[in-house]
Amino acid sequence: MSGTKGLTSWLTTTDHKRIGLLYFWTAFVFFLIGGLEALIIRAQLARPGNTVVSAETFNQLFTMHGTTMIFLALMPLSAAFFNYIVPLQIGARDVAFPRLNAFSYWAFVLGGLFLNASWLLPNHPVPDAGWFGYANLTSREFSPGPNIDFWLLGLQILGVASLAAGFNFIVTILNLRAPGMKMMRLPVFSWMTLVTSFLIITAFPVVTVALVLLMFDRFFGTHFYLASAGGDPVLWQHLFWIFGHPEVYILILPAMGIISEVLPTFARKPLFGYTVVVYSGVLIGFMGWGVWSHHMFSVGLGPIADSVFSGTTMLIAVPTGVKIFNWLATLWGGQIRATSALHFAVGFIALFTIGGLSGVMHASPPADLQQTDTYFVVAHIHYVLFGGTVFGLFAGMYYWWPKMTGRLLGERLGKLHFWLMFVGMNLAFFPMHFIGLLGMPRRIYTYAPELGVAKLNLVSTVGAFLIGVSILVFLFNAWRTRKRGKVAGNDPWGGATLEWTIPSPPPPHNFDVIPTVASRLPRWSMTQLKAIPEGAELEKPHAPAGSWWPLVAACGLPVLALAPLTHTLWVAFLGAAILITGIYRWAFEPFEV
Amino acid sequence: MAHAAAAHHTSLGLDSRKMAFWAFIGSECLLFASLISTYLIYKGRSLVGPYPHDILNIPFTSISTFDLLMSSLMMVLALAAVQRGDLKWAKVWLFLTALLGIFFLAGQVYEFTSFVHEGLTLQRNLFGASFFVLTGTHGAHVTVGVIWILTLWSRALRGKLGKANALTVEICGLYWHFVDVVWIVIFTVVYLIQ
Repeated sequence: MSGTKGLTSWLTTTDHKRIGLLYFWTAFVFFLIGGLEALIIRAQLARPGNTVVSAETFNQLFTMHGTTMIFLALMPLSAAFFNYIVPLQIGARDVAFPRLNAFSYWAFVLGGLFLNASWLLPNHPVPDAGWFGYANLTSREFSPGPNIDFWLLGLQILGVASLAAGFNFIVTILNLRAPGMKMMRLPVFSWMTLVTSFLIITAFPVVTVALVLLMFDRFFGTHFYLASAGGDPVLWQHLFWIFGHPEVYILILPAMGIISEVLPTFARKPLFGYTVVVYSGVLIGFMGWGVWSHHMFSVGLGPIADSVFSGTTMLIAVPTGVKIFNWLATLWGGQIRATSALHFAVGFIALFTIGGLSGVMHASPPADLQQTDTYFVVAHIHYVLFGGTVFGLFAGMYYWWPKMTGRLLGERLGKLHFWLMFVGMNLAFFPMHFIGLLGMPRRIYTYAPELGVAKLNLVSTVGAFLIGVSILVFLFNAWRTRKRGKVAGNDPWGGATLEWTIPSPPPPHNFDVIPTVASRLPRWSMTQLKAIPEGAELEKPHAPAGSWWPLVAACGLPVLALAPLTHTLWVAFLGAAILITGIYRWAFEPFEV
Repeated sequence: MAHAAAAHHTSLGLDSRKMAFWAFIGSECLLFASLISTYLIYKGRSLVGPYPHDILNIPFTSISTFDLLMSSLMMVLALAAVQRGDLKWAKVWLFLTALLGIFFLAGQVYEFTSFVHEGLTLQRNLFGASFFVLTGTHGAHVTVGVIWILTLWSRALRGKLGKANALTVEICGLYWHFVDVVWIVIFTVVYLIQ
């Protein structure tokens, strides 16, 4: 069961590197699906009164675009790097709970498939209430079909996957560090993974409750969000955004971690102000909990609430700004090697700063009232999550591709990819600021020519398709690299951290001998880490065992979710039985790492 | 229940499973905090009765609260027995822990049934909805705990719960005490402060 070839070995694998690759490719497929949805949206909006899709389909497209990109593409792409890179960076043989890790992955895949299965059913009952599913739009009264059911059940499955991964990485990073790897020697990417994991385990229970209450409203006739029965639709908004704002940092902190690894490597300088960057990340994690109501200024929460949340929102820009200056200072005076990875990292700084600035603009309630629910907000979120997170993730891909596959991605194609994407992204999203301020609301399937935003919308559509072309260049590059890519060796970049001390791709047990760390930048230090401590006995490396039970347990979740959809009780019992069988066999099987 | 993590050297000297469980409990705090907040936000906003003071039976629930507290004591004794390798008493205390847990659940079933007879359902008003979802979620946690404890008990019956498994029992105990503490909060907020 613990072989390294064939389908079975992938289905039962508990090796963090293979799970990382599974996460990567699965999430990348969802990224392509979400991107395709975005392109159809842009095709529809290319000119006034367009009829590419109907209003109903348009609602489904923007809902699934947002939900897919956030929960099925960006979070799991970050998770792919958590999985592959973090154990290598901290000098561990695997994560703390390898089978729980496999379970997280399978729950994620099955949750994603469950959500998207709605496309395949007759009449396409696809979720259509926006990615934050505001109450009333989601009530049975106004949405009688199973559309919202797919959404709320799918998100609960994905929540289980994220929570399990969160616990796993907290323990891994706190407890499996190599000797000498003190917390303040931890690479920044691992630090940001830790902060992100804490945000995941604290934010997801809140959205779980929001979704459970919605589930009771829709299936059992309660009135949590129904104003007619004394309930309050604003409760949904509070619960959702108490989760939703930490979620924003769950999406951006890993990318910040990635570029904090990429910039020092290609400037050949230690990260400027490591301590400050780490503390800023932790501070962002804490402050991320105190800003949620800035998503709700237009609700009318009153001047005191508005002022407080306006203040906290402006404050959280401070640690973020600190990081940006630290990254710039890291580049300053460095021996810059302008690789594709560095292009994307610098692109991140520029674009994320623009997104951050428009974010501070929303922090002022009077300005926000003008901008809310217009394309201005769409521009903001895409500068932050596309210009920020996606660029950061691509920086990570170019940087760690050789470690993960043993071959370097082509640099010429990489730079072509960067420039197409950089130009495309600005063409697509910069005009949206103006489109929004000129008065075009978001989430409307078409607009009249008299609004005067036709040209800007066309430019935006051209930009979006340019991004699409850049992704094709990346895929071609990845495909070409399999055979023709330069062989990486242990360390193609001269990196400072532990993942570069071992072969690419690393052997199943990662390290022949667990390294002893004596500095923050082990490979750049005069004190040099001793690859093999003197007198150390070489442990017999053993391949990690495989297990079927995480997959079996994860299969119980979508079956459980089918029960309310089909209104059949025995399906619920079947799902519970599969889940419980999986957990019991998992708990009692002999398992050695 | 041999586990991978036990074989590892750990940086903080704390067993990985225990640390994961503390993180899990932290996460659960947010879950119950959200449910309790929802209950409090909707307090006094029901449009129709029955209202809390019409229906909540403090003497009865005090007894089931006492019952759950005693089950925590049994759990402490069970862990102590396992730690000193005393299989006979481990069996006794684990069984009693589970039994008191089952009594608590039986009390909750009785309470829910009588509430429904008195007209308080999930659909009736906001009090019913937020009360049943909050206490029901807690009851589901107690159910999971009872199944877990009975699993340990069945291991003990087969003589497979020695000193080496003390940590497994300790973690189960952490869960059980946590569920108990949550109940103290619910009892105070829902029943005592009406």
